[in-house]
Amino acid sequence: MNIKDKVIRIIAEQAVLEPSDVTMDSTLESLGIDSLGLVESIFAIEEEFDISVPFNANEPEASDFDISTVSSIVTGIETLIKEQKG
Amino acid sequence: MKKRVVITGAGTINALGHDVPSTLAAMREGRCGIGPLDIPDVDRLSVQIGAQVKGFEAEGIFNRQQMSLYDRFTQFTLVAAREAIAQAGLEFHGDLAAQSGVVLGNSGGGMTTLDANYRSVYEEGKNRVHPFVVPKLMNNAAASHVSMEFNLKGPSFTVASACASSNHAMAQAFQMVQSGMSPVMITGGSESMLCFGGVKAWEGLRVMTKDTCRPFSANRNGMVQGEGAGVFVFEEMEHAKRRGAEIMAEVAGFAMSSDAADIVMPSKQGAARAISGALANAGLNPSDVCYINAHGTGTAANDKTECAAVADVFGSHADHLMISSTKAMHGHCIGGTGAVELLACIMALRDGIIAPTIGYEEPDPECALDVVPNEAREVRVDAALSNAFAFGGLNAVLALRRV
Repeated sequence: MNIKDKVIRIIAEQAVLEPSDVTMDSTLESLGIDSLGLVESIFAIEEEFDISVPFNANEPEASDFDISTVSSIVTGIETLIKEQKG
Repeated sequence: MKKRVVITGAGTINALGHDVPSTLAAMREGRCGIGPLDIPDVDRLSVQIGAQVKGFEAEGIFNRQQMSLYDRFTQFTLVAAREAIAQAGLEFHGDLAAQSGVVLGNSGGGMTTLDANYRSVYEEGKNRVHPFVVPKLMNNAAASHVSMEFNLKGPSFTVASACASSNHAMAQAFQMVQSGMSPVMITGGSESMLCFGGVKAWEGLRVMTKDTCRPFSANRNGMVQGEGAGVFVFEEMEHAKRRGAEIMAEVAGFAMSSDAADIVMPSKQGAARAISGALANAGLNPSDVCYINAHGTGTAANDKTECAAVADVFGSHADHLMISSTKAMHGHCIGGTGAVELLACIMALRDGIIAPTIGYEEPDPECALDVVPNEAREVRVDAALSNAFAFGGLNAVLALRRV
């Protein structure tokens, strides 16, 4: 399973949806994931890829990690993996 | 008939000072008690700051047997209780002892005891722990030790409602004195979770800042944990007057509410119901209130919700009152925070000095109230509120009056 599929699996599980229901342009809001769900998803992502995601719930826009869509999250994780494991 | 309730003693230990005078001096000066954490394994934490109590040597204060039974949160409580009860000048014998008790707020119990003992059994692989782990970590330990040290034989227990624990506890104590059930109640709260496990757990929520706490400031980015205790003597007013006790302030009323909504996100309606309820319970008009000690955690969500609730309750008077958060100085003392913060209300009412919100850098249009930025002010205050809004949506607001 590649990075994109793993992220989609994590997000789908959080949203209680099938992975096929999660598209790259889905937003977390459109999937019904709230702020607690977001923090939980980030934790699952960190555990899955053994990386540290810089995310402060008080200023979600302040980090380079863009959470606006599934696509931007996948890109962000690919970058972090390169930086932290490359 | 309802009795009037006054405060005749106060004690504290927190990052700003080891007693009330030094704490109030620090609040007047707008001193910041936040700094690098000095705890084991701090290098494995992503949040490495806190408002720690520094220079506290329990060994000189408690004997060896006491040390084996007192977690840090109990030690803090006893230090604060000794100061408060000494100031009140009370000794508990006979009927007074039988009717007086201790109601304290606390959230985590003996976290440093838990942390150290988990470390020893899991990390070091030991199969034996000290026999007093349970009586040391139970979160009623502090209340029990206060009752034992001062011979308080009336109603005593611990209240746990996370960040509102102390306010809920003090509201309980207030009711007991107001109803005539107890002439004197020792109340307040304490917390000590600045240990590896305690901070690590908080890190997980991603609401902590890595630099500093800036309540109400547009660039605020989270809370900073503190530790400490605040303990007060709540006394029936005529009882206090008969013995010529010095009265610091009157506790005029309180209200509690539950958001019944979300486990972490605050609700404006829940907060507003507690604030307006406290005014009604105390018989205050909104225009009587000059100062509010805010919950003011420095998180994005709390501060804007709290300001919106205050604006809703006070209407146009919201622009004429002062609201400050002292958490930027002493950190968020969790279950003890309302008790430490009550000191700022007492300073406002008794001394006419408003503790500032330090760390304030940029106005936030969603927090457009007079937050007393960075510098203390001298203003006569006749009535004040102290807000506490906990995770779990549990709110408790106290109302106080100048005597």
